[in-house]
Amino acid sequence: MSDSGTAHAVEVTINGERYERTVLARQLLVHLLRDTLGLRGTHIGCDTGNCGACTIICDGKLIKSCMMLAVQADGAEIETVEGLAADGELTTLQKAFNEHHGLQCGYCTPGILMSATYLLRHNPNPAEAEIRRAIRGNLCRCTGYVHIVESIRAAAASAAEEAAR
Amino acid sequence: MSGTPVTETTLERVEQSEHLGRWSGKSIPRKEDRRLLQGQGTFTDDGGHIHMGYAQFVRSPYAHARILSVDTARAEALDGVYATLTGAEVKELTAPFFQIAPEPGGKIAEYCLAVDKVRYQGDAVAVVLADSRETARDAAELVEVEYEPLPVVVDSIAAAAPDAPILHDEVGSNVVWHGVYDYGDVEWALQEADHVVKIDRLHFHRFSSTPLECNAAVVNWDPGTGIVEIFSNNQMPMFASLVIGPALGIPSNSLLFRSQDIGGAFGIKIGSYPQITALALLSRKAGRAAKWTEYRTDHMQSAGQGNERTFRNIEVPVMSDGTILGFKVEAFDDAGAYLHYEPLGAVIWSQVVPGCYKLKHIQVDFTETVSNKCPTIPNRGYSRLQHLWMIERVIDIVAHELGFDPVALRKTNYVQPEDYPYRTPNGCVYDSGDLPRALDMALAAIDYPSWRQRQQELGTGSGKRIGIGIGTTLDSGTNNFGQARIINPDLPFSGNGEAAYVKLDLYGEVNVNLGTTPQGQSHETTAAQVVADILGMSPDAVSVSVGFDARHNTYVAFSGTYASQFAVTGLGAAMGAAEKLRAEIIKVAAYALGAEEEEIELNDGSAYVRGDEERAIPFIGIANLVYSNVAALAPEIADSVSLNCRHVYRPPFEIPDTETKTGNLTLTYASQTHACVLELDEDTGAVEILDYAVADDCGRVINPSIVTGQVHGATAHGIGAALWETFEYDEDGQLQQSSFYDYHAVTALDVPHIKTSHLESPSPFTPNGAKGMGEGGGAPLHAICSALQDALGEGAPVVAESHNHWERIYRLLHPESGALRGVEVRSR
Repeated sequence: MSDSGTAHAVEVTINGERYERTVLARQLLVHLLRDTLGLRGTHIGCDTGNCGACTIICDGKLIKSCMMLAVQADGAEIETVEGLAADGELTTLQKAFNEHHGLQCGYCTPGILMSATYLLRHNPNPAEAEIRRAIRGNLCRCTGYVHIVESIRAAAASAAEEAAR
Repeated sequence: MSGTPVTETTLERVEQSEHLGRWSGKSIPRKEDRRLLQGQGTFTDDGGHIHMGYAQFVRSPYAHARILSVDTARAEALDGVYATLTGAEVKELTAPFFQIAPEPGGKIAEYCLAVDKVRYQGDAVAVVLADSRETARDAAELVEVEYEPLPVVVDSIAAAAPDAPILHDEVGSNVVWHGVYDYGDVEWALQEADHVVKIDRLHFHRFSSTPLECNAAVVNWDPGTGIVEIFSNNQMPMFASLVIGPALGIPSNSLLFRSQDIGGAFGIKIGSYPQITALALLSRKAGRAAKWTEYRTDHMQSAGQGNERTFRNIEVPVMSDGTILGFKVEAFDDAGAYLHYEPLGAVIWSQVVPGCYKLKHIQVDFTETVSNKCPTIPNRGYSRLQHLWMIERVIDIVAHELGFDPVALRKTNYVQPEDYPYRTPNGCVYDSGDLPRALDMALAAIDYPSWRQRQQELGTGSGKRIGIGIGTTLDSGTNNFGQARIINPDLPFSGNGEAAYVKLDLYGEVNVNLGTTPQGQSHETTAAQVVADILGMSPDAVSVSVGFDARHNTYVAFSGTYASQFAVTGLGAAMGAAEKLRAEIIKVAAYALGAEEEEIELNDGSAYVRGDEERAIPFIGIANLVYSNVAALAPEIADSVSLNCRHVYRPPFEIPDTETKTGNLTLTYASQTHACVLELDEDTGAVEILDYAVADDCGRVINPSIVTGQVHGATAHGIGAALWETFEYDEDGQLQQSSFYDYHAVTALDVPHIKTSHLESPSPFTPNGAKGMGEGGGAPLHAICSALQDALGEGAPVVAESHNHWERIYRLLHPESGALRGVEVRSR
């Protein structure tokens, strides 16, 4: 690689697995995930932090991984879409998206799922307006958001039902 | 009356499959979801090649300039750069792209990189290949291009003027196509009418559905075989092959297109063929694969934008009972700098000449020009939504000016349920529908009377206004490509079709493969539903190949995913192939079971003898007999089955009459009727959608949930375009919205809950009664403009723009004194 800029060692934990890599100073976190580590479920749609296709959870916070340098993630605990159904069993949220047609082309879906996972972790029973606010940083060009909102609401209801059992 | 006679095409009712019903019509969850929900989809940027570089295009900062020199020396000297390619090299290596336009537009010589001139800001002058995307970007900055700026024209009407700066010297003018569409006798109607409503100007703006995944491709020119492998998200790869092959001077079977998951396209991804051509040359030159993924700014500047159209001098003859006789209009369509798929937009709109109405006397004087803006490319609702928006504006403006109730006026003029199949003045056949009922459903969903009451109660002085709007629209699907001949009679195109394979595999598995390139339209699911019905099994047991691969998918030149047609053409092909396989399975089963073919039924992956279900053979047994135990089969049967069944669905089209510009241009007409309620803030022009409803009619529904999802998506695009999304160029041709900061793609806060209801008017002309419906016809643009006009009230200016952001709404609410309203009425 001929890239200008200095190289830095970073260590990150992604979906429970530890990785040590050398990255260039200007490498974005999303490129570390996608290109260096091959975790291609996290997508890129805009380069400017507007679209949310690259949304992940980093140290418990919801972030857009195109807005962070890979070196800044040194020591971080990261959750990506690949970690949701870690054992091959879809999560309640993923199942709800399948049952309520919450995705079409699927390109925004990983980012939306991470935003919704974060929402339900902090607000297990969100109102429609809260769901819409929680995904306002994720663009979807296919669904008009209606079925996405329904899917998230249904996931919250299923989780509540399971908890009551 | 001097009108020209209409070609009398005949369309016969099609016999519909008797096997559909168990799975078709049900909202089964999608087969696509499992991989996509786990981040296991394969989109183009997820792909690569073992020996690969990253491509970056060098783009013009000027909208119009002569290229004096292109110097790639400094870029090539950068460590990690494999190759560069310039317009001058491209001119040596390739032929200009094939043009759809007749002369003079057909004289345009477009190459995959700009040669002597750049014609829009973002026009590509060179491309660089390097060892990383970062190096490629650095190297692109090092390419030194010397420009001599030229005068710029960014408006279609100005571009058509004789003194306008000329984009393509070889054409001699910016007018690339002109024609008059004349049906009935509009001059007679204007004379006989009780009222003539004249509207100065209506303008339909530029926007794009901006798929979230940008254009991308990995192109490898294999030096050993001469095969060009193209892994891309191009949505119409056979059209791309037809264009790229002759440009590169290679046979079409050397171009191997492949795609898997595509992150939305909406028509825009038809337009990546110039870049793919450049990548092929770059790959050959560098001796390695070239990977390219647009940055969002590349996409905004150069991927293609929807057609912009200006209508002027609109005259509408209206009778005192509200009957609208037709209209006369001049239309100027702005194709941008080059003709990408254009000038097909100059005819595609004529699939819906009278819109949803029984208008008889119509004259459209249509001019298409180039301008110093990004080339247009078909965008969801392509070319029809502009025309339908104009008609819906006409209906509302007529209602306002003459004091008709907008609901009653629509119902008076709608094509009525008993009129179907309805022949339009230009010979198109509207297949089925019930527009008055659809309007009632949409109005009921928003509780129209109560909003009218609240509107009255609000009165003046509250600082708020409520507006209620209606948008009725058509989504014409399954094109007759013969309409291209209305543009250029020499084009050897007509009809339409799609291909599919359905086969029984070695252990009796059912596999379907399609010629399509879906981008979220759920083809795997709906194809499995119809095939499952025909073969008597569960859709879970039907495997549908994911994505498209020219090596083993079957196709025709029309193949791809565009223009609202999969439910008819794609499923028609899959159904036909499944019926053929069904017949073969039955033939083998009858032999194996010692029964007559007429006695055989299929269920749950087995063939059995009716009335004696013990006498059965599973599909694995059928496969065994044909593939691996063939000596056990009678030779005449073994020789007559393959269990590999291909079918091409072909709609029954005839070639249109290019002289009279008439013919049956589309097979199906889905409709959407939208009703919306807006609240405007008089102090700021801020607008809020208070209620929104859609009544959808796309014939027989294969999967209701998927159809609803398409309706929602099309609605969101229309709401975005009406209130938020616009591409604007300043007088120097600089694009003002080149990222998602400036181009406000709608979020979950901008799109309201959409109340959706369905009625089913099955198409008599399709094998399953379904109609294509993905584009939606742009109804939110119609409905929101209608609501704005309603909110503005009597004496207000005409809502003449399709895009109305808050500033524009404020100006409509507070017009300058003495400003013209843009409309006048002449009454007898």
